[in-house]
Amino acid sequence: MPRLLLSFLLCLLAAGASAQESRPDMADGLRADGKIWVVVAVLAVIFAGILTYLVALDRKITRLERDDKRSF
Amino acid sequence: MYLCAAFLKMRGLWWKVGCLVLLAYVLVAGLMGPVPARFILNESIRNLYFHVPMWFGMIGLFAGSCWHAIVYLRTGDIRSDIRSVEWLKAGVLFSVLGMVTGMIWAAYTWGEPWSNDPKQLGTAVCMLSYFAYLILRSGVADDEKRAKISAVYNVFAFAMLFPLLFVMPRLVDSLHPGNGGNPAFSNYDLDNRMRLIFYPAVIGWFLLGLWITTLRIRMRFVELRRDGLLPASPHA
Repeated sequence: MPRLLLSFLLCLLAAGASAQESRPDMADGLRADGKIWVVVAVLAVIFAGILTYLVALDRKITRLERDDKRSF
Repeated sequence: MYLCAAFLKMRGLWWKVGCLVLLAYVLVAGLMGPVPARFILNESIRNLYFHVPMWFGMIGLFAGSCWHAIVYLRTGDIRSDIRSVEWLKAGVLFSVLGMVTGMIWAAYTWGEPWSNDPKQLGTAVCMLSYFAYLILRSGVADDEKRAKISAVYNVFAFAMLFPLLFVMPRLVDSLHPGNGGNPAFSNYDLDNRMRLIFYPAVIGWFLLGLWITTLRIRMRFVELRRDGLLPASPHA
């Protein structure tokens, strides 16, 4: 009887282990062929564009403030 | 550093460069860095560096707005009212971006963009209250009256954020991590590798919001000075 119980418990353990075989899918494919860098590049270009716009706007406003200060 | 600032013709150079550097780091490390592999989330766990900082940024910007509103109530200086509005507008922008990115994320992980999740609902209500603030302002013609009403409304709107966004979602069933009995990201999935990118992301995105805000404020001041509605202030 104890042997039966033990083998039953071991079966449960084995069943539990096999349920976790598959790993969550990740973008390993994109990493393997380096295409992930395309994603990085695209977003980097967008960011660079936005930040360039901000810098240009910042400079313009600084110039306006300075001109105002001079004319007073 | 002073020469740099003079050359680039920008004020507050250090924190703006900091913002740039942080966001560039977050962008590259966010996509290339290691993350835990989780079912359902898969690679979208990286959204932690983009969607979540929108909300932290929003809270920070609304806090700044509330602060300036209180300063206005105490001093009556119309410039504080202007600052308060521009901080708030940036906060609204971040909230819209956060909501949209959240819905995109939810569409793929929760199965639908809108699930009547308590946090989604709470956030929507808060956003509506801030939209109402902007509409209310446009309805009042007199500057001083507008500023006073706005400032008082601002304090209430800010106070509403806490029960609706932080308390209520934790008390009821929720899909969001960290709410409704779910393990928070910080307990299970936010390992130190992600923290290394998440914290700089929060700071970087907030600084971006701050940059946009200060530009808008300075622009308004220039306009008002030229219209003669503001005394020429010392270049502060």
